[in-house]
Amino acid sequence: MRHIISIIIENEAGALSRVAGLFSARGYNIESLTVAPTNDPSLSRMTLVTRGTEQIIEQITKQLNKLVDIVRLQDMTEGEHLEREMMLVKLRVSNHQEREEVKRFADIFRGRVLDVSDLSYTIELTGSSSKLDAFIGNLGKIQVMELVRSGVIGIARGDKVLAL
Amino acid sequence: MEITGAEIFVRCLEDEGVDCLFGYPGGAVLHIYDALYQQDKVRHILVRHEQAATHAADGYARATGKPGVVLVTSGPGATNAVTGIATAHLDSIPLVVFTGQVPTSLIGNDAFQEVDSVGITRPCVKHNFLVKDINELASTIKKAFYVATTGRPGPVVVDIPKDVTAQRAEYHYPAEVSMRSYNPVVKGHIGQIRRAVKLMSQARRPMLYTGGGVVLDNASEELTELTRLLDFPITQTLMGLGAYPATDRQFIGMLGMHGTYEANLGMHNCDVLIAIGARFDDRVTGNVEKFCPTAKIIHVDIDPASISKNVEVDIPIVGSVSTVLKDMIKLVSDSSFSTDKEALVEWWKQIEEWRAMDCLKYDRNSDLIKPQMVVEKLYEVTNGDAFVTSDVGQHQMWAAQYYKFDKPRRWINSGGLGTMGFGMPAAMGVQLAFPDATVACITGEGSIQMNIQELSTLKQYGLPIKVVTLNNGYLGMVRQWQEFFYDKRYAMSYMESLPDFVKLAESYGHAGIRVDKPADIEAALREAVAIRDRVVFLDFITDKEENVYPMIPAGAGQNEMILV
Repeated sequence: MRHIISIIIENEAGALSRVAGLFSARGYNIESLTVAPTNDPSLSRMTLVTRGTEQIIEQITKQLNKLVDIVRLQDMTEGEHLEREMMLVKLRVSNHQEREEVKRFADIFRGRVLDVSDLSYTIELTGSSSKLDAFIGNLGKIQVMELVRSGVIGIARGDKVLAL
Repeated sequence: MEITGAEIFVRCLEDEGVDCLFGYPGGAVLHIYDALYQQDKVRHILVRHEQAATHAADGYARATGKPGVVLVTSGPGATNAVTGIATAHLDSIPLVVFTGQVPTSLIGNDAFQEVDSVGITRPCVKHNFLVKDINELASTIKKAFYVATTGRPGPVVVDIPKDVTAQRAEYHYPAEVSMRSYNPVVKGHIGQIRRAVKLMSQARRPMLYTGGGVVLDNASEELTELTRLLDFPITQTLMGLGAYPATDRQFIGMLGMHGTYEANLGMHNCDVLIAIGARFDDRVTGNVEKFCPTAKIIHVDIDPASISKNVEVDIPIVGSVSTVLKDMIKLVSDSSFSTDKEALVEWWKQIEEWRAMDCLKYDRNSDLIKPQMVVEKLYEVTNGDAFVTSDVGQHQMWAAQYYKFDKPRRWINSGGLGTMGFGMPAAMGVQLAFPDATVACITGEGSIQMNIQELSTLKQYGLPIKVVTLNNGYLGMVRQWQEFFYDKRYAMSYMESLPDFVKLAESYGHAGIRVDKPADIEAALREAVAIRDRVVFLDFITDKEENVYPMIPAGAGQNEMILV
């Protein structure tokens, strides 16, 4: 099953490689990983998407907790949560019909056209990973020139927080 | 007053109570060596190879319970230390390893003797640090000792660039340290402990299975008390030997791949398994699908990640072994607690039947020296009271099977990583910590050659260890597997061109004794124990094709042992 693991980690050189190294050394898979400082600049927030059986996910969270730099950790998928991912995608549009189609798709998925050129539209799209997947899946004949996804970030619903 | 980073380093070690520092100098640590030269509180032991420095510090740590401390230079100094760091990591031994680093301005420039020490050691340390700011040197060293010795212990590397050791700062060693990201749990959950004790009271075929965690947490007394109160059979892992007295009736031998018949069958047939400070290693469990098929499992461990990693357990208890055992003793001593005495009588009867198989028997009348007999004689000659280190292979298993350890911290071997070349430098560290004790290194002619240069260090510091070489001319464990599983194709397992170990020892100024007749074993060992001023290198020419039994082949269950 897919799990979103949120981590508060000391904002120190090498902290990211400890997490990445743990995953490669123990053969766990990472679907996406994002990291940036929090409002407290001494801490970073990392969000990791991984897949595995319950037993593997339990090991992943335990092994992560063991890393000395990790301050707090939560498996977002255990409770109600919000997840968002951002995508920037450059699509080839060579005629009026394709431009119209892309514009319509972008509207349907609540995306924004950020940039246009003679041959391309660049769209910004935000949502759950599955929504972004659905957008790509519906493009039909429209050619993707370039695609970049931010990886997932997540936060719990309600008053529950993951902080110090 | 401001002092240099090198002086701060030395002051930190003094304040930390470090009496022995194992190391080897080099460019990046010259300032530190200069500061060491000008003091006499921290004793520096000059090894002949950095790997030996880490193993010696490791042996010191295992024997004393204090952290072992190492200082090596950058680049090759650090990479040579890696095997010893990984060895300590797999066995959870507290080490603090200081590696010199090129000056901060050169880091990343492929400078002379530069490697990314923090990167290279990351997967085989508990934690590591790179100190770039002189003002953080003392507090980082404090943290390193704290992390290495608390929770599940392990090695910590501190990488110190050369310029940091030259800069000046005020010295202040923090009395305490707190890290928001590191708070190991010590106290076990009392509800879980109650559930565990209830399960023990209902057990009809219980089994205690204990490991290195008991030794590391100095919980021998508590373990012994609880085991006696319960009257349950107890088996120990390779790393746990000595925590419970091996000569006691309730001890039924080591378990696992080369464990006793009674221990492995006891495991296989038990209905309640109480695992304490053990980690269900593959050499213990055999095939996990066939592991303890009828047992409810209680697992006490300080490391949550060890619990349900290889084998799903029923009652997990996270906490320090000694604390949890104390809580258990309290509950078990209560008048309301009782065990199923009738069932226990039956269970012990069954175990005694298995024990009567005498699975460790061997041919005592052979004209050739049987390696098992050497270990047994060593046990007799040293009254079972020696510190015994070992290398890795057949001799290691025979040492574990035939030297009956009654005390913890007496059996010192590389269980997890299986590092050949560990034994002699480890013995060096033990002898330094206990100058008057008898320290024996049981080894083979293969392993001993992996760090044989340390004969020189042993000479320099007058450390009279006994090297007990079981010389069969083979990498014995490799040969044994090739005999069993590769149709006797002995690929590269024959040790040719061996030196004359007696002459080699003598060339260093040590004593050497070759023994090739069983009748001479005891006299040679007595002579060796009597020599107190230099190493005695005993070269026992043993039966070439003796095997270690019992043996659980890879992939088999604990009830599928090969016996003699």
